[in-house]
Amino acid sequence: MSQRGITLYLHVHQPYRVRDYSIFDTAVDHNYFVETDPLSHRSNERIFQKVADKSYRPMNALLEKLLNSHPNFKLSLSISGTFIEQASQWAPDVLDSFKRLVDSGRVEILSETYHHTLAFFYSRSEFEAQVEAHRQKIREVFGVETSVFRNTELAYNDELAQWADRYGFKGILSEGWDPILEWRSPNYVYQPTGTDSIKLLLKNYRLSDDLAFRFSNRAWKDWPLTVDKFMSWANPTSQDPLINLFMDYETFGEHQWADTGIFEFFEELVGKWLNSPDRTFYTVSEAIDSHDPVGTLSMPATITWADSERDLSAWTGNDMQREAMRYLYSLEQDVIRTHDQSLIEDWRRLQTSDHSYYMCTKWFTDGDVHAYFSPYSSPYDAFLYYMNAIRDIRWRLHAHHGAGGLHG
Amino acid sequence: MLGWELPPHNSGGLGVACYHLAKALSLQGTSIDFIVPYSATHDSIDFMKVHNATNLSPLHKNGMGAYESSKLIADKLDGDLSTIRGVQRRYVSFVEAHLDDKANHYDAIHAHDWLTMEAGMRAKELTDAPLIVHVHSTEFDRAGGNSGNPIAHEIEQQGLLMADRIIAVSEVTKAIIISKYDIPADKIEVVYNAIDVNSFDETYQYDGRTYAYLESLRQEGYTVISAITRLTVQKGLSHLLRGFAKAVSKYDKLALLLAGDGEQKNELIEMAAKLGISDKIFFAGFVRGKQWRDAYSVSDVFVMSSVSEPFGLTALEAAHHGTALILTYTSGVAEVLDSVFKYDFWDEDRLADQIVGIATSPALKKTMTEDVMNEYSKLSWDDVAVQLNDLYSRTRRKGAIV
Repeated sequence: MSQRGITLYLHVHQPYRVRDYSIFDTAVDHNYFVETDPLSHRSNERIFQKVADKSYRPMNALLEKLLNSHPNFKLSLSISGTFIEQASQWAPDVLDSFKRLVDSGRVEILSETYHHTLAFFYSRSEFEAQVEAHRQKIREVFGVETSVFRNTELAYNDELAQWADRYGFKGILSEGWDPILEWRSPNYVYQPTGTDSIKLLLKNYRLSDDLAFRFSNRAWKDWPLTVDKFMSWANPTSQDPLINLFMDYETFGEHQWADTGIFEFFEELVGKWLNSPDRTFYTVSEAIDSHDPVGTLSMPATITWADSERDLSAWTGNDMQREAMRYLYSLEQDVIRTHDQSLIEDWRRLQTSDHSYYMCTKWFTDGDVHAYFSPYSSPYDAFLYYMNAIRDIRWRLHAHHGAGGLHG
Repeated sequence: MLGWELPPHNSGGLGVACYHLAKALSLQGTSIDFIVPYSATHDSIDFMKVHNATNLSPLHKNGMGAYESSKLIADKLDGDLSTIRGVQRRYVSFVEAHLDDKANHYDAIHAHDWLTMEAGMRAKELTDAPLIVHVHSTEFDRAGGNSGNPIAHEIEQQGLLMADRIIAVSEVTKAIIISKYDIPADKIEVVYNAIDVNSFDETYQYDGRTYAYLESLRQEGYTVISAITRLTVQKGLSHLLRGFAKAVSKYDKLALLLAGDGEQKNELIEMAAKLGISDKIFFAGFVRGKQWRDAYSVSDVFVMSSVSEPFGLTALEAAHHGTALILTYTSGVAEVLDSVFKYDFWDEDRLADQIVGIATSPALKKTMTEDVMNEYSKLSWDDVAVQLNDLYSRTRRKGAIV
């Protein structure tokens, strides 16, 4: 039988946050994303630089070191188009370090939407345009082709799997959520219902979230997490072929700061996992290629990797979020037919799922996570700035087409 | 005169009214010492002496403005200036010390609202002067029809009982004082507020770029409805939103501008989303200066939706800038204006009809806008000062009816 392998997949992304965009800017100043005050804590550039120092630079250095010292160390990355743009503009060295990782031949890049959006649920044509734009960008920057798809926020359902299958992807990722898996294990390859050849990899959310969310939580009964403890949970004698660790790249250094010991933990984990010939790492393609599906799996309802509900409620759970998305996507035809690249780009940047996430009002357990990630003082402020930006887009469309109405 | 705020350090209409009535009185020869509970300069005030009772910065910045009785809690220590109660105690001490100096002699003590009533009562004890309590709003108003904070209510009750004479800014307020505080009607006089059109900068010119998006909507034939107000339950804004949504369902070229801030803001944002009209509602936040005046100017219709509004000066300001007015019956200003639409604050259907009526009839809008201008310009602070001077001369000290 094949070796047991960790499939490590890290998600790299930064959005273009909407600045303090008021009614007094609407129809006057079409800059939604560049803070006029460079010291603002909402400045995209400042945030990028901060995360680059805390996470991208030290983690990429560590990954490079591990790739050099362990021939069997491998991983996969999804890198959003908005991240690539920000990195090329503000930190070319960071982008270069990602290129070096990919050049090693042991780092695979996944396919996704360029602007990190939930367009699949609103417009198929827009969604496919963004998938193509991302493929093109990855080709340009990294010189590689993508063959495995991950949707934004790991949002997944049968329909998406069937789409990806027809589109020619050989694999797709999803959350391995118990209520759907029931007695099944996420540590195997499955086939999505109604597909011909695509294979499904499921996130082992317990082990993934031990790192991504709980690692530094002193209130957690298992704090502090040691590599030996983690290895024992991973049960090295098990016959399960895979352990799929899927998480935000920024777990390393940003969500879990360096002083929590996350980098040391990771380095030690890679070393100890690889000190037995029975164990290895897989890229997502290798995990798919070297394992046959053990069964089919159906997920008619959409699941995601977020919050205790594992659904889209973090993005579309309240009326503000649903309104904002309704207004945004209703502009599609009018925006596309302008052929105005900067207008189309602004509209697509507003599709980035982070914007709706900032409008989330679930303030309980999950609210803590939301508040940590939000640059706004409240979800209501996030909504107001966003609405003003949408109105400005309408104004520009009106100016461009010379007709069509501002609809409020 | 005992007050809580004066422009530009005001959180709302109380400071504006105090400023104008004091100014008009002084122009008619009345000499005034005005005590505020904070320290700040009032550059535009040379007609009276302003005394600072504490070293605090203007209180609305500390969440202790004239409308924040809901945050009122009993403080632990005397002299603790972090609570409204603490500031009020310090204010009373200041008044006591001030009156201790026999050089400071007064013919009348004029206290504005519950915030200064304790000081007013103490001043009455220490001097021979009669106490006149001027009610701009009651706790009942501030709490949106509920009984509100019991401490504020009790201070008002005592102040109203101890007063030799009570001024209410409208019949609406007078009725509340009678029914909620059991004060005999003959002790209360109604003196309406006015508007000083000269206080507006004559060089002001409307700048259509300030609310550029709303202005472009108007070019498209939209009608802009506005409410410039604190976003608080007393103002009846949830009824306004639902009424507006009903209007939109009948006639869709409408936009609603809400300028102001307050504890109800988030609730209103959510409600607008629930009603599916977020893109028609514009939250401008708290506006001052040019943005404040342009908010009136960009509006076609101004709505005062208050559940309970003792007077409502903003309606006069709006009329001055050329808007048609829709007022609730429970707004004091509705008592002095006729060329306006009036509705019961809960009657969302009626409000919707009135909005659609004005929006779809340019003739109606024009007539209402012009006629109300004639009405408001007859209200003057000079007349208010005449009434007050008359009242001072008639009022002699009486025993409190306790």
